[in-house]
Amino acid sequence: MSASATGLRSWLTTTDHKRIGLLYFWTAFVFFLVGGLEALVIRAQLAGPNGTLVSAEAFNQLFTMHATTMVFLALMPLTAAFFNYIVPLQIGARDVAFPRLNAFSYWVFLLGGLFMNASFLFGAAPDGGWFGYANLTSKQYSPGLNIDFWLLGLQILGIASLAAGFNFIVTILNLRAPGLKMMRLPVFTWMVLVTQFLIITAFPVITVALVLLMFDRFFGTSFYLPAGGGNPVLWQHLFWIFGHPEVYILILPAMGIVSEVLPTFSRKPLFGYTVVVYSGVLIGFMGWGVWSHHMFSVGLGPIADSFFAATTLLIAIPTGVKIFNWIATLWGGQIRFAAAMKFALGFIAMFIIGGLSGVSHAAPPADLQQTDTYYVVAHIHYVLFGGTVFGLFAGMYYWWPKMTGRLLDERLGNWHFWLTFIGMNLAFFPMHFIGLLGMPRRIYTYGPELGVSTMNLVSTIGAFLIGIAALIFVYNMWRTRRHGAVAGDDPWGGATLEWSISSPPPPHNFDVIPTVASRLPRWSATQLKAIPEGAETAAPVHVPAGSWWPLIAASSLPIMATGAIGRMLPVVLAGVAILIVGIYRWAYEPFEA
Amino acid sequence: MPRRHKRWLTTLLLSVTGCAGPFPQTTLAPKSDFGIAIDQLFTNIFWWAVAVFVVVEGLLLYAIIRFRARPGAPPPKATHGHTALEIGWTLAPAVILVFIAVPTIQTIFRTSGQAPDGAMQVEVIGHQWWWEFRYPDLGVVTANELHLPVGRPVALAMTSADVIHSYWAPGLGGKRDVILGRTSRLAFTADSIGTYYGQCAEFCGESHANMRLRVVVDSASAFDAWVAREQAGPAPIAPGSVEEKGRAVFARSACIACHTMEDVPAARAVIGPNLTHVGARSMIGSEMVENRPDHLAQWIANSAAMKPGSKMPPMVLPPEDLTALVAYLRSRQ
Ligand code: HEC
Ligand SMILES: [Cu+2]
Ligand SMILES: [Cu+2]
Repeated sequence: MSASATGLRSWLTTTDHKRIGLLYFWTAFVFFLVGGLEALVIRAQLAGPNGTLVSAEAFNQLFTMHATTMVFLALMPLTAAFFNYIVPLQIGARDVAFPRLNAFSYWVFLLGGLFMNASFLFGAAPDGGWFGYANLTSKQYSPGLNIDFWLLGLQILGIASLAAGFNFIVTILNLRAPGLKMMRLPVFTWMVLVTQFLIITAFPVITVALVLLMFDRFFGTSFYLPAGGGNPVLWQHLFWIFGHPEVYILILPAMGIVSEVLPTFSRKPLFGYTVVVYSGVLIGFMGWGVWSHHMFSVGLGPIADSFFAATTLLIAIPTGVKIFNWIATLWGGQIRFAAAMKFALGFIAMFIIGGLSGVSHAAPPADLQQTDTYYVVAHIHYVLFGGTVFGLFAGMYYWWPKMTGRLLDERLGNWHFWLTFIGMNLAFFPMHFIGLLGMPRRIYTYGPELGVSTMNLVSTIGAFLIGIAALIFVYNMWRTRRHGAVAGDDPWGGATLEWSISSPPPPHNFDVIPTVASRLPRWSATQLKAIPEGAETAAPVHVPAGSWWPLIAASSLPIMATGAIGRMLPVVLAGVAILIVGIYRWAYEPFEA
Repeated sequence: MPRRHKRWLTTLLLSVTGCAGPFPQTTLAPKSDFGIAIDQLFTNIFWWAVAVFVVVEGLLLYAIIRFRARPGAPPPKATHGHTALEIGWTLAPAVILVFIAVPTIQTIFRTSGQAPDGAMQVEVIGHQWWWEFRYPDLGVVTANELHLPVGRPVALAMTSADVIHSYWAPGLGGKRDVILGRTSRLAFTADSIGTYYGQCAEFCGESHANMRLRVVVDSASAFDAWVAREQAGPAPIAPGSVEEKGRAVFARSACIACHTMEDVPAARAVIGPNLTHVGARSMIGSEMVENRPDHLAQWIANSAAMKPGSKMPPMVLPPEDLTALVAYLRSRQ
């Protein structure tokens, strides 16, 4: 069975990075809509004071699931969709290093996401916040299944991220086309590489934190419980040692996308490539030394507060450098305002605001007024919506023609952009004031006496505008199936390798692996050029067959988790057996079927 | 200087919000040394941020307009970088950050919760979902309504009885988490008489939104009068009155398993608020509802209907018992 086969079976067994990329994309996009719906219910509840649309209990589940979904089920996997589809093309490879491991990552992600959301069927969606602070998550204070679903779901999703992380590191380091030196890599691929290193180092930390929580909840240990000699603050340290790098895991890929889109649509190479790459690497490293800025209100003492304030402020430098380099890329260019470019420019404009409000809570005393208020909600949404989501939309408009062979409609794209842009500023800008005027976050109700009712209404209107914009985008995607303009190999005049092959690319990507002689292989001084062919001559390329074993091995994880939720040891053991058999058969499966 | 900036910011706020407040939980009108120190730091950072915002967004906007594609224009020159420029825009933010970092670290040490000698000690204990305030030197225990004298340094030593909460009364300064097994501290001196509103800022479960508090900052004499009344012991009860019947109901009900009530010897429990002077509080249920007979009756009958998840179970009492009980509670001034 070849990778170009159609039918359900071919998708279930696929190991083609492009198909896996599409699976990631559609799955994550559906979760993105789900997380968005949850946000709209939250905003509807808060549209006015003393809202009664949902109960306190439901509200707590909604904001927990909104954040958990957006971070782990929507944004990370959407970036993973682009890693999968684009990185092998950008480095001139025929697939990722471990195609079946790649399929395994996807199935684990899908099943982990379904497991987490299955909690709604039991009326027991996670309700401890996406940060799940101990000791609220202990059996004593959260006796239901809610937290069990959350912690087991996150464990499953972590496995998907880790497997993909190793896969992409090996792919980028080893499968580059001849001549594609590290400092010739497209910036997107560079940022993916940094992100994967963050993933493989940060996820083990949350894994350990969750294992300890699991022991506390399932076996009565006291890692986080003062009564048994444990410490709830330990959870906060572990969570944020993971959680802050996670912020960069979410933003660096978007920065990479923007660094591809800006040059293409200004017809100028990225300004200061080396500095942009190094600042990305530096942000990755520095992201490890700032976690306690999420914990200033704990009261860790003036020395710790000063240290973490200083490290956090320092991160503003490489971030600022990137912004200046992007603006310098535009400078003297010929800017074409395609939808991809609008979102990339919107990214810069919004990310600046998020960065600046971030500086204000990098100062611990100021943070004592701001943390856990809507001011911080404003901040994270300027970074993660104005930043990451805008970057992802830029990537979708940019690479959609490569992935489907058809262009998204620009007029609808224009509506999509402006409604999103206006909607997000209406939704999130007032939150700065709402927070400074004293409204805490994660409250299902507030009184009219706070004086923030009007601003909350404006925010809700903005959120619904974003919702309408998202519908327009969905329609735009749907439309391209029949009505989208045919893209050709290179609709934008891009500089990188993915634009040298057909859209969508053939199963083996490159008939002949290209040889790369510069950072912008398709751009010469004045015009686009063909990629010089390598020494190898075109020969029939063998595409490996698909495999069932990644899916089978992946299915063992939700089975184990279900057994754990139901306290059914035999089910857990059955899951273990499936995993062992799955991996064994996978390991000994002949590569050619 | 900062004062003038402040007025500017408030005006901006009011025009944006289209309403005139009074914003009882605003962080922008602090009335304590702690709050003012934070506010000055924030104002400083705010203006740096405004300046950077204007410059960078301005450059971006200029580039977008100035360098938009024009038909027939020659292809742009391919510049790959410019070392001097790049060093420049690395140093510029670094310099600004020094101007932010120095006052930040100074303020950290000034606001680290160290109270001067002779400060009034108050213990704050967070409970799901209400606040307990103890004055160890005065022998006073109360709930949800913190009374403080104006102009006198106060030291809060805070902890939790269960999950993590965060004590926050924005008008008097920043918040601090309260954590089981740990003591966290805040220190400040309130500079104006008034009532300040606040609420728990750390998500702490179902009724996190309803874990509110108020701080009543009084003149020294009014504060002393409040202390004298709290110390005076339970208000006397006339024999044969409805209050006396209410006390009997209280004494034989489950109330005593959770509450302290000084004139009911069996009631020394500390699961719920101390009720010895409950009649003197203006609100019940941590600012949920006004302290009125009908509200008290509803609260006792089913507090979770007012406050989702409330840890006080519904108390089923015959109507005449309930009425007597409410009268008794009202008389606990
Ligand atoms: C199982 C423990 C428990 C029992 C039994 C109990 N209470 Fe409570 N009570 C609480 C708790 C806990 C609170 C605080 C609830 C909150 O504000 O979230 C409370 C709050 C109150 C308050 C509000 C106090 C304030 O200042 O806000 C009153 C009044 C009260 N209880 C009266 C009673 C009476 C009268 C009875 C008996 C008929 C009773 N309680 C029985 C636990 C209990
Ligand atoms: Cu962080
Ligand atoms: Cu709380």
